[in-house]
Amino acid sequence: MSVRLTLTTAGRVLNQLRRDHRTLALILVMPCVLLWLFAEMFDASPQVFQRVGPILLGVFPFVVMFLVTSVAMVRERTSGTLERLLTTPIGKADLVLGYGLAFGGLALVQAAVASAVALGLLGLQAPASVPVFVLLAVATAMLGSALGLGVSALATTEFQAVQFMPAVVVPQILLCGLFTPTDRMAGWLDALSTVMPLRYAAQGMTELIGAGSVTSAVWTDLAVVAAIAVAALALGATTLRRRTA
Amino acid sequence: MVAISVHNLIVRRSGTTVLDGIDLAVAAGTVTGLLGPSGSGKTTLLRTLVGLQRISAGSVLVLGRPAGQPRLRAEVGYMTQGPSVYGDLSALGNVRYHAALHRSGAAAVTSALESVGLAPIAQRLVSTMSGGERSRVPLACALVARPRLLLLDEPTVGLDPVLRRDLWELFRALAHDEGVTLLVSSHVMDEAGRCQELALLRAGRVVACGTPDALRATTGASAMEDVFLQLIERSEVTA
Repeated sequence: MSVRLTLTTAGRVLNQLRRDHRTLALILVMPCVLLWLFAEMFDASPQVFQRVGPILLGVFPFVVMFLVTSVAMVRERTSGTLERLLTTPIGKADLVLGYGLAFGGLALVQAAVASAVALGLLGLQAPASVPVFVLLAVATAMLGSALGLGVSALATTEFQAVQFMPAVVVPQILLCGLFTPTDRMAGWLDALSTVMPLRYAAQGMTELIGAGSVTSAVWTDLAVVAAIAVAALALGATTLRRRTA
Repeated sequence: MVAISVHNLIVRRSGTTVLDGIDLAVAAGTVTGLLGPSGSGKTTLLRTLVGLQRISAGSVLVLGRPAGQPRLRAEVGYMTQGPSVYGDLSALGNVRYHAALHRSGAAAVTSALESVGLAPIAQRLVSTMSGGERSRVPLACALVARPRLLLLDEPTVGLDPVLRRDLWELFRALAHDEGVTLLVSSHVMDEAGRCQELALLRAGRVVACGTPDALRATTGASAMEDVFLQLIERSEVTA
């Protein structure tokens, strides 16, 4: 592992993204538009927006980073650039961390913009701690990236990678507590949702807004999300095969 | 000194034998041409040398080490046949990235781009380049690493004749002046005359090895295309 190679790779990935103005605009602007739409939808019952708003601030970076990473990594695999890189001195960890750093930085900007809009313009109740809130959003984004990396090993085209979204992402959105609190779902669904990492992100976000302080439950949720993200990234790195048949 | 030594290399891929008992020795500091029609196994052999290909049997030594050993990655430069570069970066961006991976400086970046004739359009996005321009970007990426061994998979396909001549001169200069070993694949038989040593590959086997003059002498033909035709016919008779 090398800090130099990781930073070089992150710089290269950001350099590629920098030219793609449309993607950048979609990543940064769409969450804000959708949040506003939610706030307007529940115009007559603002307490609903107060409940789902924080969860949405975790869901957006999760979905976007899942898509960006899975498509970017499928592209690396199918264009031959990944194989070419693996013949150079760069290690698999450098490559994965480089991507993680670049997309994590993007997620940070996205979370900051969306949070500013939700708290400043849409009247979402402020969380107990803004830095912890943003940290949780970034960890959730990294989780999306890590799952996207895993999916990129199963997909052979970018088209397939996108089709993995209903399989990997949508069930987590349905069961994370966004639509209804998890303890109000059928018992087996509640149990099922405990193995879905997005639930812990949603739980932490809700707790941060509801409780007046950063409780130990929030730290536990953050730790769970971060641990699963790291584990999934490590697992994803093993799918980058140097020698193939 | 021997830069590459391959003994009885066999590669099978999903039931078919792609390389069928290859024996090959490449002397250090030479330009060796790996010639053969498409499908003869040239790319598979190069992939094996760079450590990307799983092999079924045989031994492959590159710069005295088993192919694919991590330490070789800093010493072996590889240009793939497809443009395995980032289309959404400029030629400069691609070459700079590879330079950083190999700790090469800005001077190496400039000289690699100049060598392949891309310096005037280095700022352009690779995705907007013509086929011939695009195919030179991975070559610049391989050159910028300043490796001891360069494995080039069809580097001159589809290029302007003047540029092709310049590239072969560059290859010869790298071998002669800096002691770099080059193994260059091509399916264009005319290019054989530009190599110091030749290996003719057909259907996963080495049909003939030697200098162009030696191969001409054994067959009595002068044009390389005829030399190879005769060598192939002979190998079929003996087989």
